[in-house]
Amino acid sequence: MGIKTSNEKFFDRVEKGINDSFMRKAVVEAQGRLEGRKTQTTEELGNWEDWRDLAEEIRQHTLENLDYYLEQFVENVSNQGGHVFFAETAEEANEYITSVVKDKKAKNIIKSKSMVTEEIGMNGALEEIGCNVVESDLGEWILQLDDHDPPSHIVVPALHKNKEQIRDTFKVKRQYDKSSDPTELALFAREQLRKDFLAAEVGITGCNFAVAESGSITLVTNEGNARMSTTLPKTQITVMGMERIVPTWKELDILVSMLCRSAVGQKLTSYITGLTAAKEEGDVDGPEEFHVVIIDNGRSKILGTKFQSTLQCIRCAACINVCPVYRHVGGHSYGSIYPGPIGAVLTPLLEGYDDYKELPYASTLCAACTEACPVKIPLHELLIEHRKDIVEEAGKTSFAEKLAMKGYAFAMSNPGVYRIGSKAAPSVIGPIAKGGEGKGPGPVKLWTQIRDLPEPTGESFRKWFEGRDKKGDKS
Amino acid sequence: MTKGTVQNKDKFLNKIAKRLGRERRNSGVKLPEWAKLPQYEVFKDFSQDELMEQFINHCKNIHTSVKVTKKESLKETFHEAISDLGGKSIVYWNDDRFRYYGLTDALYEARAHHNIDVHCWNPQLGEENVKVAEKANIGITFADISLAESGTVVLFSNADKGRSVSLLPRTYLAIIPKSTLVPRMTQATEKIHKMASDLGRMPSCINFISGPSNSADIELRLVVGVHGPVQAIYIVIEDE
Ligand code: SF4
Repeated sequence: MGIKTSNEKFFDRVEKGINDSFMRKAVVEAQGRLEGRKTQTTEELGNWEDWRDLAEEIRQHTLENLDYYLEQFVENVSNQGGHVFFAETAEEANEYITSVVKDKKAKNIIKSKSMVTEEIGMNGALEEIGCNVVESDLGEWILQLDDHDPPSHIVVPALHKNKEQIRDTFKVKRQYDKSSDPTELALFAREQLRKDFLAAEVGITGCNFAVAESGSITLVTNEGNARMSTTLPKTQITVMGMERIVPTWKELDILVSMLCRSAVGQKLTSYITGLTAAKEEGDVDGPEEFHVVIIDNGRSKILGTKFQSTLQCIRCAACINVCPVYRHVGGHSYGSIYPGPIGAVLTPLLEGYDDYKELPYASTLCAACTEACPVKIPLHELLIEHRKDIVEEAGKTSFAEKLAMKGYAFAMSNPGVYRIGSKAAPSVIGPIAKGGEGKGPGPVKLWTQIRDLPEPTGESFRKWFEGRDKKGDKS
Repeated sequence: MTKGTVQNKDKFLNKIAKRLGRERRNSGVKLPEWAKLPQYEVFKDFSQDELMEQFINHCKNIHTSVKVTKKESLKETFHEAISDLGGKSIVYWNDDRFRYYGLTDALYEARAHHNIDVHCWNPQLGEENVKVAEKANIGITFADISLAESGTVVLFSNADKGRSVSLLPRTYLAIIPKSTLVPRMTQATEKIHKMASDLGRMPSCINFISGPSNSADIELRLVVGVHGPVQAIYIVIEDE
């Protein structure tokens, strides 16, 4: 799939999003629940800010010494018989992975959830050489069955679908004949996927954190599919972004704790699995061969820049779960496998501004994301940095486009003008309409359709967020 | 052990160093003294009894029932748990603690009197173990470490302690001597950290298990029981 999930224009995607009332209802409910659970588990600690400070410090130290810790990690992996491949690009990574698979003469691949394999479009590469690649995370499996519908959230990928839609997908694709009760749907997935787990010759996983001191990789999951994928197949391939590393098990403790609490409001997920190389001699289950592929794919460009803190991200989605813009436009509007605030910051860094220059404007700069982030990435400030860079770059582009950008930025970044912007639309959007955007409503008008953004009077995000139910925003 | 292959390392790491605006670092990096250490505040100075209370409390949130018993009545409690989980067939670790606590006998009785298939994980039998585990109704293991905060059992795998036992059967039963309880993940990872520096070779698989498998991928509604066990019971031995 790659990072890009759509060829439509940004505003067309947004329009689709805000007109999809089911999706919006689902997103509103999901955000409410996820955010509620997170608040509960973080508040009961009593010193959440200390945890955030520590987590931030750990991530910063690790990134500052990334070459050192990666070297220590691969030393330990290879000393214990594991194989390591460093891939600068998606193509290099896919070439290595397909060569391992070919070497094993494998046809059946079982995967557990991994954003980075999405990012490099690995499934496509494996399918091209004739492999049957099965996603085993329930949400991912649903999307895969539904003709590869793109994910809309990094933790709950099928968030935009309701249970009836899922039942229909199962019915059409797998002759499912039971109800839309989530328990029945999940049980069906269990039965169907068991066969795939047992048949798979190769298991492919992502990696939440690699531990440098022992050469271990860890997987944080609830369903048990990652354990299945690393217990039954004879070969295991783990694919990780190069920044996904911690120095020792002690720091792992902190980051896993932050991830579980921030992502799903659990103290720990049902399974935290630490895997070190292949199985030991005499062991019965577990892979005989272990490979880890460490991916750059644009990440090193971010190191040493004002955006470096983006690499602190532990992919918990807490920023997505509090974002008022995500709430209104949904995940697909971002056109990237990484949606929400982190997506708006990260996607243009990995893919460039050409396709994603609007993303940094898809924010009200309310700072809720920054407040929510367990590793203290200053997300809203980074969005402003992006905007500055875009305006600078826009100096080279056409006048009309520049104006479009400005009018849009103006309305979005400046709450005081937001209302005026929408009222006085003609003077602001006039040049844009004439300037050749042509089709669809102009950006300002479009954003005014997203009712109920934080009041331009400077009402704090919290107040707005807490008061939103009273305003009838449940629907 | 033959060393594994490593490809493209130097080019990759040199680039990172260059981006960071300095020479490659191969040595001399020390972990800083972290300014804050909130993890040690959790259940600080709690007694084993207090930890047990926290553990039991939290298990309510993770859909896991806990049976507390003394060593002398362990056998009965064990039989009760097996029947709660539906009996039929059992796979368990080849672990001395089963013998030490008299559970091997209890399992013989289950086989003799209740017609339950009982299989002890046996590395000599190879793949056969996995096939049995896949068909089994109950998988039973001891906890190597237990975490009060999250209702977690920590399992270290090895040849006699297969990964499949806590994963493939339909249900899972963990036996937890109270002495294995620590406040939270912090104390467990500290032990593992010591293993990593002392041993060199880690157990190839370490699992932190908190209750049965579950998912909220459909409309964020919690479903208990997906690919791993659909039900879990813990037995805590309170005088051990
Ligand atoms: S940016 Fe922060 S809040 Fe958002 S996903 Fe990453 S770690 Fe979580």
